[in-house]
Amino acid sequence: MSRRQFSVPVRNEPGPPDDTGCTILHVDMDAFYASASLLSRPDLRGRPVIIGGSGRSVVLSATYEARAFGVTSAMPMARARRLCPQAVVIPPDHRRYAAISDAIMATFATFTEHVEPLSLDEAFLDVSGAVRRLGPPARVAQMLRDTIADEQGITCSVGVAASKFVAKLASGLAKPDGLLVVPRNETVAFLHQLPVGAIWGVGERTEEQLHRLGLRTVADLAHTPVETLQRALGDVAGRHLHELAWGRDPRPVERQRQEKSIGADETFAHDVDDPAVVHRELLRLSDRTAARARSAGMSGRTISIKVRFADFTTITRAKTLRNHTDVSREIHATAVELFDRLGLQRARIRLVGVRLEGLAPSSGTPIQATLDEPERGWRDADRAVDRASARFGAGSVRPASLMPEPSGSQDGQPDLS
Amino acid sequence: MKFRVDRDVLADAVTWVARGLPARPPVPVLAGVLIEANEEGSLTLSAFDYEVSAKVTVPADVSESGEVLVLGRLLADISRNLPGKPIDVATDGSKVNVVCGSSRFSLREMPVSDYPTLPSAPEASGTVAGDVFTQAVAQVSIAADRGDTLPILTGVRMEIDGDKMTLLATDRYRLAMRELTWSPGTSDASHVALIPARQLSDTAKALGASGSIELELGGGGDGLIGFEAGQRRTTTRLLDGEYPKVASIFPTSVDTEAVIDTAALEEAVKRVALVAERNTPVLLKFTDGQVAIEAGTGDDAQASEAVEASLTGPEIQIAFNPQFLLDGLHAVGTPFSRLSFTQPSRPAVLTGQPEADGDSDQSYRYVLMPVRFAS
Repeated sequence: MSRRQFSVPVRNEPGPPDDTGCTILHVDMDAFYASASLLSRPDLRGRPVIIGGSGRSVVLSATYEARAFGVTSAMPMARARRLCPQAVVIPPDHRRYAAISDAIMATFATFTEHVEPLSLDEAFLDVSGAVRRLGPPARVAQMLRDTIADEQGITCSVGVAASKFVAKLASGLAKPDGLLVVPRNETVAFLHQLPVGAIWGVGERTEEQLHRLGLRTVADLAHTPVETLQRALGDVAGRHLHELAWGRDPRPVERQRQEKSIGADETFAHDVDDPAVVHRELLRLSDRTAARARSAGMSGRTISIKVRFADFTTITRAKTLRNHTDVSREIHATAVELFDRLGLQRARIRLVGVRLEGLAPSSGTPIQATLDEPERGWRDADRAVDRASARFGAGSVRPASLMPEPSGSQDGQPDLS
Repeated sequence: MKFRVDRDVLADAVTWVARGLPARPPVPVLAGVLIEANEEGSLTLSAFDYEVSAKVTVPADVSESGEVLVLGRLLADISRNLPGKPIDVATDGSKVNVVCGSSRFSLREMPVSDYPTLPSAPEASGTVAGDVFTQAVAQVSIAADRGDTLPILTGVRMEIDGDKMTLLATDRYRLAMRELTWSPGTSDASHVALIPARQLSDTAKALGASGSIELELGGGGDGLIGFEAGQRRTTTRLLDGEYPKVASIFPTSVDTEAVIDTAALEEAVKRVALVAERNTPVLLKFTDGQVAIEAGTGDDAQASEAVEASLTGPEIQIAFNPQFLLDGLHAVGTPFSRLSFTQPSRPAVLTGQPEADGDSDQSYRYVLMPVRFAS
């Protein structure tokens, strides 16, 4: 969900929008996590609801009623509660989200095989091959919206345009539960009315830079010499923005978007300065990351960690191994090594993350084994854990240091007496 | 200080002591070479970077004794490039003048008082033939680790037991071990030292040309090893720590053995490996009478070549990191190589032998872990 809202540009052309050649659809579920969670809580419909964890995590999603109070995704929960104290907070249910997402992607596949999923709840579709069978793109988009609303009980917004970038913009402007067609010959006029921040890839930082140059609208951007933009933003980004400002985005819808990395991170309930606690959290995250990699059949060679300090400064460190790995223990050992190498002196840490990058399919990956490697290694142990988890539930077998504290123990609890 | 010295003598001496000098030393004086001129007619040059020290004494025509510290690499470059005439060196205030024929150099003198004292070499412990030692060190140091994960594995482990010396190194992917004989000072000599592989191989190369090298193993506490050959002496700081137990790594049984022309196999692997992308192996398929070498998969470039091999035991297919295999074939140093296998997932042993049908020379063994494919 976008942090910023832009108003829909005015159309000066007569007649209904012409969708000829606008074969790219961007489909984005409306407040996906919130809508999905409300399926099992119909009593909360129409009320402000925030999806997020307890404690100090961030907002995963919020209903439009909550957004009206200024709640946005990725906002710290504490802030969201302050903004909207009457909101009901529901913990996320990732299993349900994944199931609904799978169903939605299956629906997409019945319209066209050219689907590029961007995340659980959004995708690009190229419907050029479906026009003859199903009708013009705008009609295909409407059928798709109806089908998903009927089958899943949640709504989505669709942008219809000639390029991915414009389609994505359009779906954002159509929200919620809307459909917006940007005709091919009106693309430039449409874009030029928007503020620079609307362009995909222009975040707060870039927006600030552009404002400093006096560039506020996409039209300003389009009429600035490309060299000026390149000086301010770098060669690649400058050229890219200039192209986008003229609606030029030749990127095709890529069917199989291969995941580039797998990772997990965790915000601590309280800022932590004890390395032992961080090491334990890294173990949990490494375990989770490795399990996800294994279930996807992928291994990675680069392991990176992310550390966010109490003041929100964030650093990442990475190390590339000799062999690809999907072994929890190796990922953890590397993550700990990277963390220890930071040489932190009791720095207060808010969040840590572990990520596995440089992914390739595990099967057939060559591995230079070591001479002292036992016949049955940690990889086999991991497989056994995976099988146990599949049968008895996630976490049924886990490292001893990640077992919950036995009840009655006061360890880690502040002494209030 | 004032002396005259033969150009080749000075060039050799300075090059030898300055060879290990750090390019960017932690303390500026460590970039220097200390020259001590003795009126009895000798020059002693020395260098030290806290890890390695080197010292050499050469004859010279000394008219005024003294000592001076100058930039080592610079003096080495200058002396190598001077014409073949006697070189006159003399101090002049805070400068050191180097004159040879009509060339004149004036070098800045560095403060001798800041220069650290060189460690004194431990007692002499015995001698080893220069060529044997150099070859042995070269054969073993290839297997030492170059990374920084386990510092202990960047060393070569030297074990002395009477007149038997065993050198060993491993980076956990391969292990090289060489046994040789030496002449200890006492017949019950027993010693273990862990020497940084890079320094050891530099030293062995530099001293190998001499007929014999004297080893100074020292007692337990000094943490140094010394080498001396002719007028050249060097000490190296030893690595500290417990070397992993490696005895269990050597396979105890053999199922398949292949004897192959070393050079033919080396050349073939080198060629085929051209298409092996980083981290991908070469596959060796041993059948009766030949070994087929293959690399490259799927849509990428592929290559194959066959080499004659005499096989004993069941056929086997095994994959290796090509560079690791080539290192071993290059080090074995005999016309024929014998590869011994148990299973495709277990370590292979490479030994050398002078003739196609004969026994293998067990004094050098290179144990190589194969590459396997994740399931």
